[in-house]
Amino acid sequence: MSAISTSARADRRKARLWRALMLSVALLYVAVLLLAPLGGIIYYALKEGLGEVGHTFRQSDVRHAFYLTAIIMVVTVIVTTFFGIIVALVLARDRFVGKRLVSALVDLPLAVSPVIVGLMAVLLFGRGGWFEPFFAARGIQVIFALPSMILVTIFISIPFVIREVVPVLQELGMEEEQAAWTLGASRLQTFRRVTLPNIRWGLLYGIALSAARSIGEVGAVLIVSGSLQGQTETATLYILRAFDQYQEQQAYIVALTLASFSIVMLIGIETLKRRASREAG
Amino acid sequence: MAGSIQVRGLTKSFGTFRAVDDVTFEAAEGTITALLGPSGSGKSTVLRMIAGLEQADVGSVWVAGEELTEASVQDRRLGFVFQHYALFRHMTVRKNVAFGLSVRRVDKGTQRERVDELLELVGLAPFGDRYPDQLSGGQRQRVALARALAPRPQVLLLDEPFGALDARVRQELRAWLDHLHRELGVTSLFVTHDQEEALELANEIVVMNHGRVEQVGPADAIYNQPATPFVAAFVGSSNVLRGTVWERHVHFGHSIVAGAHEIPDGAEAIAYIRPHDIEITSEAGSTSFPVAVERRTDMGWMSKLHLRLEDGQPLVAQLPNDEIEAVEAGQRLFANLRNPKVFAADRAEDESATVPGAVVAPAETETQPQAEAQV
Repeated sequence: MSAISTSARADRRKARLWRALMLSVALLYVAVLLLAPLGGIIYYALKEGLGEVGHTFRQSDVRHAFYLTAIIMVVTVIVTTFFGIIVALVLARDRFVGKRLVSALVDLPLAVSPVIVGLMAVLLFGRGGWFEPFFAARGIQVIFALPSMILVTIFISIPFVIREVVPVLQELGMEEEQAAWTLGASRLQTFRRVTLPNIRWGLLYGIALSAARSIGEVGAVLIVSGSLQGQTETATLYILRAFDQYQEQQAYIVALTLASFSIVMLIGIETLKRRASREAG
Repeated sequence: MAGSIQVRGLTKSFGTFRAVDDVTFEAAEGTITALLGPSGSGKSTVLRMIAGLEQADVGSVWVAGEELTEASVQDRRLGFVFQHYALFRHMTVRKNVAFGLSVRRVDKGTQRERVDELLELVGLAPFGDRYPDQLSGGQRQRVALARALAPRPQVLLLDEPFGALDARVRQELRAWLDHLHRELGVTSLFVTHDQEEALELANEIVVMNHGRVEQVGPADAIYNQPATPFVAAFVGSSNVLRGTVWERHVHFGHSIVAGAHEIPDGAEAIAYIRPHDIEITSEAGSTSFPVAVERRTDMGWMSKLHLRLEDGQPLVAQLPNDEIEAVEAGQRLFANLRNPKVFAADRAEDESATVPGAVVAPAETETQPQAEAQV
């Protein structure tokens, strides 16, 4: 009798020990790999005080870099959201030959190094590339200009909306949409009033990841843009150059700005989602 | 408001599998009709083709005399109730019910009136501001019904409407739907695998198996004059006895039942006998034959007697306890089999329900009702 209860107590203690161990590994991992770098950036960016921050933001090349990054992000988010929803609907709902291939292709940008993506773009649109004569004849500069920077960023950000929305759609099933049809709702009404509200959190999360990815992109943009100061220099490219030119302070400040934007965006979505699910009970 | 439903020669294949094969029937205006069959019999596909959620390969659908075969789901204006409710989970009960009105741009005041009226009708007036996941399964199904009825459809189609509910709620909802139908008179067609549900609710039953219609008729005709071996076995429980025909009677050992009118002498035949159509006596009569009582299971007001014929085939009888007070296991008694339904064995050969001696259980056991969906 007492032997049993002793071993039961030992089991309980072992289970508690395991839990504590797992928890500390998880916390340590997150702290070392996520929080420490963030803390470092915050410390170095603000080391010289807010005056230095103001000074950095008054520089015209910094402003232009943020402006470019914002344009690229907005266009990327619009494009990857619009087409991402369509691709997600097709992947989740339709059956067709080659569906698995398409599903795998969608992940390609995650598997290929952005540098390679940049090189591919140069091969296609650069001098002697397949598409170069077409645009050159119309006087449109693609490489070393905004169009190619947007293009490679879109390419790299394709998977996020699709990957977030497809599982939600699959879990959702078709019945609610079919119910809407039988009640007389057109396809568009059904999408707007039934499908979209049901996928909104997955979609928003995908959009946020897409946005975060697009403002953080370096490799591909570096190759296609030529990194011309004040012309084709995005915020991340500015950080690279500032670092090279021993202006670490400015680099840290710009980096902190970018990081804060992404973090605030993700936390904001999480908060909204929590509030909404509380309301729905 | 109500209209008849006509289905003519509906056929539908999925790849090489013929899910629905030349199905024709009519549901008269203002009636309740059941599409009854085991899972995979094509009954849901027929319902979905009527609604326009599936396209028929061949055949036509008519509602209130108008052909709808080519019409879109939206234009058919039929009410559809899904097995798993398919409520819009991000909308309140009121918004759900109003949906069919608001997509058709009915003005707000009329919408509000109609929603109030329907919530009253389905007994959910206090629940208008709740979300679907705050309701029980039975309540959700009533919301689904109110939502389907809101745009005043000509006909109401229900796909296993009680399939996802537990037994007691199912009983209640069934009685309630019956009452509702009497009140509204909207032509209703529902799919079910539960023969009890079909027998209780429907004016007319369409029995389906392997994508084909086996029999169409009122409940008592389906139960008492099954047209095919499948109907005899599927609707209600039956004992299945296999024997040889001689002078219009089926012989198994020394036991005989009548009813083999069109089967030639010497042919194999199968007799289907309801457990409550067996009479037990202690003395031999002119039409009775000896049976051994193997087991008695008391089920409250009645008992199940597990009997065995002289040739070894088992037989199950269900009798009220006051008729068989003295009967117990081990006794040798006499059985009189009433209302046997006899079919030639070769006709029944490709049907599933021909295992000699087996009592075919009511179809309800085939799919377990799921516990109410948890969210």
